[in-house]
Amino acid sequence: MELLRFATAGSVDDGKSTLIGRLLYDSKAIFEDQLEAVERTSLERGDAYTNLALLTDGLRAEREQGITIDVAYRYFATPKRKFIIADTPGHVQYTRNMVTGASTADLALVLVDARKGVLEQSRRHAFLASLLGIPHLVVCVNKMDLVDWSQERFEEIKAEFRGFAMKLECHDLSFVPISALHGDNVVTRSDNSPWYEGAPLLHHLEEVHIASDRNLIDARLPVQYVIRPMNDEHHDYRGYAGTVAGGVLKPGDEVVVLPSGFTTTIAAIDTADGPVSEAFAPMAVTVRLADDVDVSRGDMICRNRNRPHVGQDLEAMVAWLTSESSLRPGAKLAVKHTTRWGRALVKDLQYRLDVNTLHRDEAAPELTLNEIGRVQLRTTVPLFFDEYRRNRSTGSFVLVDEVTNNTVGAGMIIGPTEVS
Amino acid sequence: MPPPVIYELSHLQALEAEAIHIIREVAAEFERPVLLFSGGKDSAVMLHVAVKAFAPARLPFPVMHVDTGHNFPEVMEFRDQRVAELGVRLVVASVQAAIDSGRVVEETGPRASRNRLQTAVLLDAIEHNRFDAVFGGGRRDEEKARAKERVFSFRDDFGQWDPKNQRPELWNLYNGRHRQGEHIRVFPLSNWTELDIWQYIAVEEVALPSIYYAHRRRVFERDGMWLADTEHTTLLPGEEVVEKLVRYRTVGDATITGAVESTASTAAEIVEETAVTRVTERGATRGDDRISEAGMEDRKREGYF
Repeated sequence: MELLRFATAGSVDDGKSTLIGRLLYDSKAIFEDQLEAVERTSLERGDAYTNLALLTDGLRAEREQGITIDVAYRYFATPKRKFIIADTPGHVQYTRNMVTGASTADLALVLVDARKGVLEQSRRHAFLASLLGIPHLVVCVNKMDLVDWSQERFEEIKAEFRGFAMKLECHDLSFVPISALHGDNVVTRSDNSPWYEGAPLLHHLEEVHIASDRNLIDARLPVQYVIRPMNDEHHDYRGYAGTVAGGVLKPGDEVVVLPSGFTTTIAAIDTADGPVSEAFAPMAVTVRLADDVDVSRGDMICRNRNRPHVGQDLEAMVAWLTSESSLRPGAKLAVKHTTRWGRALVKDLQYRLDVNTLHRDEAAPELTLNEIGRVQLRTTVPLFFDEYRRNRSTGSFVLVDEVTNNTVGAGMIIGPTEVS
Repeated sequence: MPPPVIYELSHLQALEAEAIHIIREVAAEFERPVLLFSGGKDSAVMLHVAVKAFAPARLPFPVMHVDTGHNFPEVMEFRDQRVAELGVRLVVASVQAAIDSGRVVEETGPRASRNRLQTAVLLDAIEHNRFDAVFGGGRRDEEKARAKERVFSFRDDFGQWDPKNQRPELWNLYNGRHRQGEHIRVFPLSNWTELDIWQYIAVEEVALPSIYYAHRRRVFERDGMWLADTEHTTLLPGEEVVEKLVRYRTVGDATITGAVESTASTAAEIVEETAVTRVTERGATRGDDRISEAGMEDRKREGYF
């Protein structure tokens, strides 16, 4: 059974929590005691319906204010797939949570209220999904019952959304007309939309092809930990443990270790279940090398003829995630990229992007909370990186405030800084 | 598990790989990690994965048990046996010792529980041993407040969790930076469900205490749960001890952990039962979680597991 991670985005009123509640409820992932608790709370609050949104809003402040504060993770499975939902709040002040929830997603689910059409917020969510390199985007046009299941309205929203999405990097876009409240086209096909020829949402989630989304070309193993048992049985054992970040590694492969540049071959790829003949992302393995070369955490093992960029100057799109400070040229931050920590200097803020209009403001002096811009960085140590659009593992980094230790920025690498 | 034949991992292989990645990050970046090991199924699975993460070397950190003193003997036996097999160091943080020394005060009455006392004992042990990373077997599917918690969950120097002010966590880039006195709780099984745990136990043949499988036991009914008749139990009027065929879905304080009626005697049979069960494991079996709608959130804020 395959694992599919998807992120949901929508505002308080789009019915996102209701949709998730519906998916969980109709796929029987909700338990009786959870449902009873929700029914009890709904009754106490005077809600007209059993408020399925209460299933996902877990913190006291959320229930009191009727909003979702933080990313909540939900789980359900069908006979075909296991699903992990990162449920992210849609309102503007919590965009940082959407970035968090979307970073590992295979698919993004964006909700649009059929009455309101494509709002600024829907555009923002679609843009963030494309920025984070989520390969599949599903637009649920919700509350179709409130527009009398009008095919015309559905097509109108579709056309408007497509028009906006053309400006984004979005390869797989689909639309489903639904009513989350009543369950139409969520798990089963609805009789209310005979004109809709596509699959219900759950069917789409079960069938969408994700296996080829991974990078199986560029072999990359960031070394995480050196395993040296130092006992009699494994006296000379020296293994380089890590999570494969791209490509396929095999025993006998000629490899190079960065940054030293030593070349050698892979002697064996070990796991606790025994040696394997191939390793690919995201397997956690331990590689042994034929030659005794110096390798430590933060190094990268890759194929000799397919190396990542090695450098200290790079350009990236950065999302700023804190209100405690802003990102300005001259700022110094800690950076974590693969298994490597260093320090980074912000050389230049090239522009700030308006996530609603995609307008580039080249005069912007800084990035503040929830803002996104193109940034030039110089790092104290060389990083071994790929373009984010080519590899989400070796193309991403986080920025950490050196005083507060908070994670303050999320970076998606565009490439090495062009020398002008 | 058998190696994958195509370039695709099963959900259990993907979850295991993610957990191994997290555990290795901690071993590489922290000075004094510890793994909470109660002998319960989640901690047994977590320990199993941790051992696999460093094979053929030994586990590079100790394990710790916060011992309420209200234990099932089968679980204690299992704990000691696993520790001996692996040759790891066991740190015991004892609630009884904290009560005896006056550090904490025990509740009284038939419904008294040592659940909340564990928090102070755990935090004392973390401080005393200067642990900077503490692995817990908590899962996000267990409870609503847990569903919001990060894999690397920052705790301030009072051990407190602030759910509204958590660090963003992106990709698999975990930020464990902290100041002295602060620590990080790490949850490698965050994305596992109860069903995943049992499927994994079945596939990997993870050893568990015998009480997880159907057995005959003297129990009595309280608040809709079957509680064990232990030496620490005080029966309320009208409560009657009967013998039933039961198993445990969770293992906590023996006085407040409920058993469920079951005939499942293997992990595979439990997988079948779990796939069709309609009540969460905590709702069915944990008196400690029934405090209020926000019971877990409040305890977690104070520094609970």
